[in-house]
Amino acid sequence: MRFDNAYFNLGYLDTLSYRDTIIHRLDPRTKLMATLFFIVTVVSFPMYEVSGLLPFLLFPVLLFSLADIPVKFIMKKVLLVSTFAFFIGIFNPVFDRQAMYVFYGVTVSGGWVSFLSIMIKFFLTITSALLLIATTSFPGICRALQKFGIPDIFISQLLFLYRYIFVLAEEAMKVVRARDIRSFGKRGKEMTAFTGIVGTLFLRTVERAERIYQAMLSRGFSGALHTAKPYGFTGADAVFLTITVTVLYLLRVHDVVGAMGRLSISIF
Amino acid sequence: MHMADALLSPAVGATFWAASLGAIAYCSKKLKENPDDKLIPMMGVLGAFIFAAQMINFTIPGTGSSGHLGGGMILAIILGPYAAFIVMASVLTVQALFFADGGLLALGCNIWNLGIYPCFIAYPLIYKPLTKAGNTSKRIVVAALISGVVALQLGAFSVVIETMLSGRSELPFNTFVLLMQPVHLAIGLVEGFVTAGVINFVRAARPEILESVTSSRQLSPDVSIRKVFVGLLVVAVLTGGALSWFASANPDGLEWSIEKVFGRPELPEQETGIAHVLKNIQGKTAFLPDYNFKTGEKKAGGQESGKDEKTWPSAEPGTSVSGVLGSALVLGLIFLIGFGIRVVRKNKT
Repeated sequence: MRFDNAYFNLGYLDTLSYRDTIIHRLDPRTKLMATLFFIVTVVSFPMYEVSGLLPFLLFPVLLFSLADIPVKFIMKKVLLVSTFAFFIGIFNPVFDRQAMYVFYGVTVSGGWVSFLSIMIKFFLTITSALLLIATTSFPGICRALQKFGIPDIFISQLLFLYRYIFVLAEEAMKVVRARDIRSFGKRGKEMTAFTGIVGTLFLRTVERAERIYQAMLSRGFSGALHTAKPYGFTGADAVFLTITVTVLYLLRVHDVVGAMGRLSISIF
Repeated sequence: MHMADALLSPAVGATFWAASLGAIAYCSKKLKENPDDKLIPMMGVLGAFIFAAQMINFTIPGTGSSGHLGGGMILAIILGPYAAFIVMASVLTVQALFFADGGLLALGCNIWNLGIYPCFIAYPLIYKPLTKAGNTSKRIVVAALISGVVALQLGAFSVVIETMLSGRSELPFNTFVLLMQPVHLAIGLVEGFVTAGVINFVRAARPEILESVTSSRQLSPDVSIRKVFVGLLVVAVLTGGALSWFASANPDGLEWSIEKVFGRPELPEQETGIAHVLKNIQGKTAFLPDYNFKTGEKKAGGQESGKDEKTWPSAEPGTSVSGVLGSALVLGLIFLIGFGIRVVRKNKT
């Protein structure tokens, strides 16, 4: 039931984004900028960096707890996400066997270090992207993009797409259920059956688009979508953004892990 | 195949973001030139359609594994290249946000790889000329197959190029190409068959949809295919030029100015405390026994690792211990903070 799961997840993330917490109340632009800055900072670390990446976990952990987002749900999604980074990264240990560190007699090759670095980066970037959508409604993100100067046509396309994903997914789910009920084992999943299903879905889609267009015309549609703007850039946003950018910058520039380690050694 | 954030360097990610945003702006402008109100709901709902169709899987003949639709070619055939590109970009954006397919920085690469090639290469240069002389269903199958394969081969090759330019993976170029291209040959064939199947299905049931859409939303007559091709070539050369400029301006593996702004080795020079510590570690790592810089094609990686060494605990036991201890402490502290906030929150409610 991959289909039902995917559909459920989509809906659940959407529900999460309408909670009311300190993070949810922030302006979407603030969260979008903070997330992008976080991702670029994480990715800017060179390929053999591991220890410097660890303090960056603070950002997702804070978002999880302040915005009250279920950790398990997001973690499951991170695990399920396309494993491309893993499959490409796993070749690093194969091609880079030069010893990099010797730690209590165990030799670690450069390949394993860079693989670990890729996986930590993968985890951090994917988690922060999912946290962005879990704390910010999709229309909010679209409005933020619009304010940043993304063309109107693309924004209305995103809003339209999002509005009809749920409608069409439900329609597709009906068709898939009908197929599953009438078929046995692998039958009914051939490509010819698939093209028939998708073709039917397409025809229904086009008919729906025509009805939507007529409905829009009768309500005075003139080529542009208008949206209400319940958000504003407040003092809280300024504080959040300043703190995030400053802390990320400091974490990028300073070796926090090394400093902590040396500190603890000098204490004990 | 979706490109992933973790394999990208900021320079490559930003370049492809810029290129994709430029393409979106260009297509928006083109669509505005001959406004068609009807197109807006059509594009929106078709985007949702592609999204839903991607969630349905089917069995790939002969293998037993399941595949799903990409959709770029279907969109290009039905909506014409400009609208199709906007729709494809929107579908990928929603996927990046809700399914975290790839990630946000990689979104630019993914829009480029999965949008530009079907809409601006495969469709105008292959599909359209092949189906020009009369539309039989056989012709559609052949045209869709070839354009599906070409679009996916180009997309897969771009993934290789993007990964190589970023310098995070150590896969040699040849191995990587041999890994990606054959897999995407199969995926491209499947995509082509499915595209042809859907187009032929629609053509049999309601031919007027295809005809009305295709006649009104083609590349406008004043834009010849050659112009589009030359334009893309210019973009490619500019992109390549910009990238190589980054490369030559900054020899360590295309790290962008961001890396320069953030780069640990440069900055601490001004900050006495850290600089002192770093120099100490640098001194220790300088006579580290088994450490060899990589040479040859992995020069970039080698030089980066040279930088890196300074921040990672060296093989000297004292610093190794402090590194591991520090990591554990930092992680512990972070989780404690998170846990603390949760507890406080629960007590409040």
